[in-house]
Amino acid sequence: MQVNNDFQPVIVAFCCNWCSYAGADLSGTNRLNYPANVKIIRVPCSCRVNPMFILRAFQKGADGVIICGCHPGDCHYTSGNYYTRRRITLLYSMLDFLGIERNRTRLEWVSAAEGAKFAAVMNSFVDEVKKLGPNRRLEDLRCRKQ
Amino acid sequence: MQRIGVFVCHCGTNIAATVDVKAVAEALSHEPGVVISQDYQYMCSESGQDLVKNAIKEHKLTGVVVCSCSPRMHENTFRKAAASVGLNPYLVEIANIREQCSWIHKDIASATDKAVILGKAAVAKVHLNAPLTAGESPVVKRALVIGGGIAGIQTALDIAEAGFDVDIVEKEPTIGGKMAQIDKTFPTLDCAACILTPKMVEAAQNEHITIHSFSEVSDVKGFVGNFTVTIKKKARYVDETKCTGCGLCTEKCPMKKVPNEFNMGLDNRTAVYIPFAQAVPKVATIDPNYCMMLKNGKCGICSKVCSVGAIDYKQTDRFIEQKYGAIVVATGFNPIKPDKYNEFAYSICPDVVTSLELERLMNAAGPNGGTLLRPSDKTHPHTIVFVQCVGSRCDDEKGKPYCSKICCMYTAKHAMLIREKYPDTEVYVFYIDVRTPGKNFDEFYRRAVEQYGVHYIKGMVGKVMPRSDGKIDVQASDLLSNEQLHINADMVVLATAIEPDKTARPLATMLTTQMDTNDFFTEAHPKLRPVESATAGIILSGACQGPKDIPETVAQASAAAAKAIGLLVKNSITCNPCVAHSDELMCNGCSSCEKVCPYGAITYQDKEFRMPDRTTAVRRVASVNPAVCQGCGACTVACPSGAMDLNGFSNSQIMAEVDAICK
Amino acid sequence: MNKFDLEWINLTSGVNVRKCMRCGKCSATCPSYDEMEYHPHQFVYMVEKGNIEPLLGSDSLYKCLTCFACVERCPRGVEPAKVVEAVRLAAVRKQGGNHLTPDQIPAMLDDDLPQQAIVTAFRKYTK
Repeated sequence: MQVNNDFQPVIVAFCCNWCSYAGADLSGTNRLNYPANVKIIRVPCSCRVNPMFILRAFQKGADGVIICGCHPGDCHYTSGNYYTRRRITLLYSMLDFLGIERNRTRLEWVSAAEGAKFAAVMNSFVDEVKKLGPNRRLEDLRCRKQ
Repeated sequence: MQRIGVFVCHCGTNIAATVDVKAVAEALSHEPGVVISQDYQYMCSESGQDLVKNAIKEHKLTGVVVCSCSPRMHENTFRKAAASVGLNPYLVEIANIREQCSWIHKDIASATDKAVILGKAAVAKVHLNAPLTAGESPVVKRALVIGGGIAGIQTALDIAEAGFDVDIVEKEPTIGGKMAQIDKTFPTLDCAACILTPKMVEAAQNEHITIHSFSEVSDVKGFVGNFTVTIKKKARYVDETKCTGCGLCTEKCPMKKVPNEFNMGLDNRTAVYIPFAQAVPKVATIDPNYCMMLKNGKCGICSKVCSVGAIDYKQTDRFIEQKYGAIVVATGFNPIKPDKYNEFAYSICPDVVTSLELERLMNAAGPNGGTLLRPSDKTHPHTIVFVQCVGSRCDDEKGKPYCSKICCMYTAKHAMLIREKYPDTEVYVFYIDVRTPGKNFDEFYRRAVEQYGVHYIKGMVGKVMPRSDGKIDVQASDLLSNEQLHINADMVVLATAIEPDKTARPLATMLTTQMDTNDFFTEAHPKLRPVESATAGIILSGACQGPKDIPETVAQASAAAAKAIGLLVKNSITCNPCVAHSDELMCNGCSSCEKVCPYGAITYQDKEFRMPDRTTAVRRVASVNPAVCQGCGACTVACPSGAMDLNGFSNSQIMAEVDAICK
Repeated sequence: MNKFDLEWINLTSGVNVRKCMRCGKCSATCPSYDEMEYHPHQFVYMVEKGNIEPLLGSDSLYKCLTCFACVERCPRGVEPAKVVEAVRLAAVRKQGGNHLTPDQIPAMLDDDLPQQAIVTAFRKYTK
């Protein structure tokens, strides 16, 4: 597929405070590059991410949303990431119904020690969203920046 | 109307080199509600904090955004600064423009753009921040130490010294751990048992210390200051309170062919056993896998010879529940089994041993009574080859990626001890690097080479071939002379990598602490908080956090004790105010939140409400116990009516951040 | 040093020679070590340093049996045999770079040494 290099997607990343946010910090400490398109929002746990937030991001013009949590079994709150996993699975079927590409939403497990993985995940996600092109389906045109 | 102050930090050149901080401050000054926007060299410094404090006072700020390093670093610094001038600390937000912006982007324009957006998101969030007050919860004045090796013993002794009660939970029948198995310690060559066993006895006799040997932690509930732990006391089929440790049962037990774990399986023990002479507690344990009485009900000799009637074949696992204020993890390490490295022939040749096995072979209480003999034919070895870095410093598929740290030193110790006791034995050590950072360590290694004539060869062993005449052909490279060597050895000793104990992973899940990819516990900060885990109240001690030698382990154990004592002396601790709360008017009483809460913090109550038509109605509504809630937010998403919200990370705050980023 | 050759070798071998930690296990395990002028660890080291001319001119290239013992045992996953193979290809594919013509080979076969083709086939078909 033709990749438009000028297209700079807006990507929202929700990172849980205990694992993924620390992993993101670690990739910074290790100076591992990933594109500036990714903007991180800190949440206490990946299970704090209401699927509404994801839809809101798409509505406001985000081209991709990624949710990062602790590895299964490692959740700081014991079981939060299991809830996230189920909720995102349900969200996927709704996105399918709406005709939004599944690949625009991704759930990843990144631990506090995996700075390199965090950077790799972000690089691959940005590439993938660039391939998909801008999000048009769910974008609220009234929200589009002029 | 909100009055928000924005403070952009240069962090020297850490941020300023890739982010145009002046432009960020300028751009954010136009955001709604922002009344002051400044940049400064080091915002976290005393004068930087003064800048923030003065601005709060001068401009009567109702919210502060600091664009600086990660909130994990300095959020507390700025919150304290705000609190000191009367602004609620939870009205401070951090935009992370160092770890998540300047350090990862090279292009100044895009990094600056991103910093502005992150700043805008923080401003949008702080608009909706509400002042929060932290509650307090009491601290249970008792500590739990998981693991009874030298790390656990030292931590327990130090905590007990301060006058607090400590429980040690040890999964083996005796405390002592790996150090009890070691013969001599580097670099002083004093005997490990001579310095360890007095500490074990001290721990046993200390009135503040309770030792739960042959026990495991089976469940952990609660939070810092108030953990509830279930300890499983495994059935040892001997009444601990009656057994005097006389050892008569172990002499008379007819089942004498049980591999002796303490001697690394190099000799046998009986089915009822005391691991070693100085065991603490000195109480016998029956191994149910081998005891004939327990397996098929025939025998019972031990119960006949026991003069105090301590043998109890009907004993079962017991569970005890105890409350603790702090938990210290000291689960330690194990050497890996080198059997997957076929080239070293460990699984086919008994004369290829690991270093810990060699410790037992050389120990006076070991299988040969302290004389070094080959395990296969009990003859004296004349040529011994040591192989370093077996399973350490490997690619991920081949072994452990880290350096196990202690092997260089203990190999030098073994080589030295062998050369001293048996000067006719030639000792070869194949090394990749000799790593001896530590007090008197390099001197020690040099002594092995210069004074004891140990042959250190830069290179690696590629193949170990046992021959039919009992000798072992060792094929290796000598990189400095650029030769391939064949050494006719009698014994090969593998310096195997060390790995965290297998029980550590399920324990980390129970404690909700993080581990790295190698299953070592992750510390809260690699440099500045190396003995605490990121989970409050869980403290790390010894090799469970990373490879360590004995002095380092003891140092960390005492540091862990200091952290535990620091927690236990407090009567109460401040709770995290970022907890869930329910809007009772919106709650429809569906119980969804109650079901997802991992802490059981949500209960339902019947409450009376005034209805619009001046009548009262009783409705069932959720209420959150703020002392139990940990603030994960699972309930906020589960709530179908949107009644649940989380302080500090409310729905509207996160939506505002999303909007600011996408705009 | 020929920069083009070096890049070509790194590309064809698919090996990251910088992963080498200089333990020498490849040379310790090599069955045709004594036949070689340059040993497996030297191949890796010299390619890393860009010093490939001596390797291209050496008949050590043809002493490697491609038995893959070094690949199997390397703790860092460097795969020295693939580096040797890439250097060999670089020599063979160069105009006049080949050390032998096919008709010279039968006379040079050593009865004691397994043929490269047999060893290679053994490696390929027994896994």
